[in-house]
This record gives sequence, C-alpha cells and structure tokens, in this order.
Amino acid sequence: MSAILSVERVTGGYGDADIIHDVSMTVGRGEIVVVVGPNGAGKSTAMKAVIGLLRIRHGHVWFDGAPIAGWGADRIVRHGVGFVPQVDNVFREMTVHENLEMGAFIRRDGVAAAFERVYALFPDLALKRRELAGRLSGGQRQMVAMGRALMLDPRLLLLDEPTAGLSPLYMERIFEIVRDIRAAGVSVMLVEQHARQALALADRAYVLAAGRNRREGTGAALLEDPEIAQLFLGG
Amino acid sequence: MTLLDFVNFHIVPGLVLGSIYALGAIGVTLVFGVMRFAHLAHGDLATLGAFIALAVVWGTGLNPWFGLPAAMAFAAGVAIGADRLFYAHLRRRPLILTVIASLGVALMLRSLVQMGFGVDSQSYVRGIVRPDDYFGVRLRDRELLTLLAAGLLVLALTQFLARTRLGKAMRAMSDNPDLARLSGVDTGLVTALTWGIVGALAAAAGFFLGLNTELRSMMGWQLLLPMFAAAILGGVGRVEGALVGGLVVGVLEECAVLVIPAQYKSAMAFAVLLLMLSVRPTGLFRGKVL
Repeated sequence: MSAILSVERVTGGYGDADIIHDVSMTVGRGEIVVVVGPNGAGKSTAMKAVIGLLRIRHGHVWFDGAPIAGWGADRIVRHGVGFVPQVDNVFREMTVHENLEMGAFIRRDGVAAAFERVYALFPDLALKRRELAGRLSGGQRQMVAMGRALMLDPRLLLLDEPTAGLSPLYMERIFEIVRDIRAAGVSVMLVEQHARQALALADRAYVLAAGRNRREGTGAALLEDPEIAQLFLGG
Repeated sequence: MTLLDFVNFHIVPGLVLGSIYALGAIGVTLVFGVMRFAHLAHGDLATLGAFIALAVVWGTGLNPWFGLPAAMAFAAGVAIGADRLFYAHLRRRPLILTVIASLGVALMLRSLVQMGFGVDSQSYVRGIVRPDDYFGVRLRDRELLTLLAAGLLVLALTQFLARTRLGKAMRAMSDNPDLARLSGVDTGLVTALTWGIVGALAAAAGFFLGLNTELRSMMGWQLLLPMFAAAILGGVGRVEGALVGGLVVGVLEECAVLVIPAQYKSAMAFAVLLLMLSVRPTGLFRGKVL
C-alpha cells in the first residue's frame, strides 16, 4: 500500500515559535490514521501543517506525489485534500445546502452527483437542507462541515477533533460516518481527544507528545500498550 | 399641520434622503462584512460618482440619468483600483491601517473632484421642478424615480446575493473568511467583485443626492456619518438592515426639524449611532459586533 500522505520530519509553528519538532507521519491509501496525545501535544498543529495553515521551517510534506509544504491552503484543497477545522467550521448564516454548495465552489461539473453522495452519507442533513447551519446542533453542524469538505471528492480528508463537545451518541455516529467515508475510498486522518474510541477506529495511529512523535502502531496495539494507557488513556 | 402636510414635508423627503443613505449604507456594510474595516472613502466615492455623471451631462447634453450607468461603472473601477493600489498590501496588517489608508483615499478622491470641477456647487439641471399631485401626496418625478431606482438596485443586489454562485461566495466570505478560503473560494475575485458593487452603489447614492439637492465637493464626506449610522442601526454585514437603517435615519432627520433647528438635523444620525452602539451594538438585524 503506497502512502497518499507523507509528512517527513516537519518542524514548524506560528511566528518564531516552533510547536512541532521533527514530526513524521504517513497515511496509506484507504487508511484511517488517528493522531492522539495529551492537550498541547501539537496534534492539531501537525494537521494544520499538512493543510498549509502553518509555517513549516524544516521538513517535507508529500501528497500523492506532490511536494505541498509551503503551498497555500486553498491550493492544497484544490489538489484533493479536504479539511474540517475544529471550530468555526460552517457558514452559520447560510443554509445547509448553501454550505455544501460553497464546498463545491470550484467544481465545474458533477455538482449534482456530489450533493447526492453527501446527502446519502448524511441523511439527517437532507431533511434540514433549508435550515441555517448556525441554528443546528453541534453534531449536525459537524456533519455539515464534513459534508462541505467532501463536496470536492477529496482523496484525503483531515478531521480536527470532530467529536469535541459532542454527546457519546453523536460521537459514535461521527465515527460510523468516518468508516463510511473510508469505505467510499477516501483516506482519513483524524485528530482526536477521545483516544480510546478513536484508537478502536484506527488502522494505524500516532501518539504525539510535546510536539514530537512519541509512539506509533496499529490502533489495536496502542490500545493494549500499558504505557500508552497510563499516559494518555487515563489508566 | 395636516397629515398630508406631514407626509409631504417630512416623510417624502425623509424617504428620498433615506433611500440615498440606504444605497451608501449597503456599501458600507458590505465592506465591513467582507473586508472587516470601516471604509472612510465611501462618501467621497459617492461624490466622485455624482461628478462623473455631471461630466457626462456636460459632455453630451443628455438627460442626467444617462450619466448614472457611466458613474456607477467608473466608481466601480476606482473602488477596485483603490483596493489594489492602497488596501491590498495592508491586508495582513492591523485593520486600523487600512481604515487610515481609506481616509487618505477619501482626501485624494475629493481633491481630484475639486481640481476637475471646482469647489462651487453645481447641478445637473437648472430651474425649478414643480411636484405632481398623487391624491394629495406631492412628488417630483426625480423623487419618484430615485425611490424606484434605489428599490430596484437593492432588489437586484439581494437577488444576486441569494441566488448566484458569486453572490453566495460573497456571503460566505462575510460569514467565515477562513472557511471560504478552505473551500477553494477565489477570495481575490470575491474581493474585487465586492469593491465593484460597493463603488457602483456609492456612485448611485452620490448621483441621487446630486439629483435631489445639488453637487458639492463635500457632499459625500457629509454623507459618511448618516451612512455609518444606518449601517450600524441595521446591523453590520446586513444588507436588509442597511436598507431599513438608511430609511429610518433619513425619515428621522427630516422629522427632527419639527423640534430642532434644521441645521442640526444631521445630529440625528449621530444620536442614532450613539444609541445603537450603547443599547444594541448588533443592530436591528443582529449584525457583527465591531
């Protein structure tokens, strides 16, 4: 299995301060890769480095053979990476349908088919397509955000803590959808606070701490690792 | 005073003035929404538009209405150009720098108008126009046409924002600029489009003010306060709010002369501004808080 994304020894941050140091990660085609770690480990920062929202000082990022380190976020998105930020991830004053439409802004054809696919993936949204995104519950908003990112048929979807602040029921629902998205042929990289549930979902996972790689392995192996349990999963 | 007198002397002029304020306030609110700064050159852009229409009248001898499209197109170009030349490179710096730059643009535009047309007041047509009687309500043709044209422009804009791909992209950028960029929205194109619309609306406001009063090089600068008051009254970023806000400020100013000396009527805009900012800073239509 060849990697669709490979992050090679990336060091970077905002302004002069580096937040991640020598971080390396890969995502294989069709894989769900989860990034876990304590608060402030640099998980979301590493994801922002991939999507071009972070200044990368050293290192390389390859997406499907293209060296995307240093590209702007919009160019990376056009190249086939979808990104769902953790907060402010919908257009609140626009309807669900308009949110998805904006996701497809640069698409010239196949927009109707993309709508169909997204509404099939999120039947809840199909019923609320005329409602303002800002009026939806947190879980539904998360679905709008994921749907928007899927409108361009990305080959890789980056999700930054999609279950933050959601009820356990919605968390399960989101993870189910992540499996469906992968089944549709999209590789997924997921940053998560809910490490135990996320590791159960993951093909492979990375544990970051203090802005560096700490451990990596299959989700199952990391779940059983006593050190990981002690450090990050609360015993 | 009868009700009809009240309508004829206060409500009608208030609505005409208010629709001019509304056209300006919509531009102010669009710049606030999409670019997130107070555009101080907005009034002088209106002045420029008014005088471009005058140049068309002088040059061709045609009815001033033929000058309106030319003025709108010219001011749209000037607004896009001012953004490219003076605001674009400040985009990553604190917004107050862009606000100050727009004050500079305001002074430049006004000076250009004064160099080209002098500082004396001018008008599109000479002579006195008698109003027509509509069941007791007296309206001049130009007043009726101002109300109609302003209404049509606002209708066209709201339909554009609600229905077209680029209009929705403008709303998206106003709503959440980072997410718009992450969705692949061409923010450069949307920015230019916004400036074009803003410039055209400002020119229309200036033209209608010139048509209903007279053209002076300071006319736009004096529009600035009521336009901002209207935008804030309606809620920053809200087109429908700016429309209502403009009409309210216009009617309030014309009604204020019943109780305060006429020279102080522009203080009403200031009163509205202060009241809204202290009581309900989101405006009537829940806009952004500055």
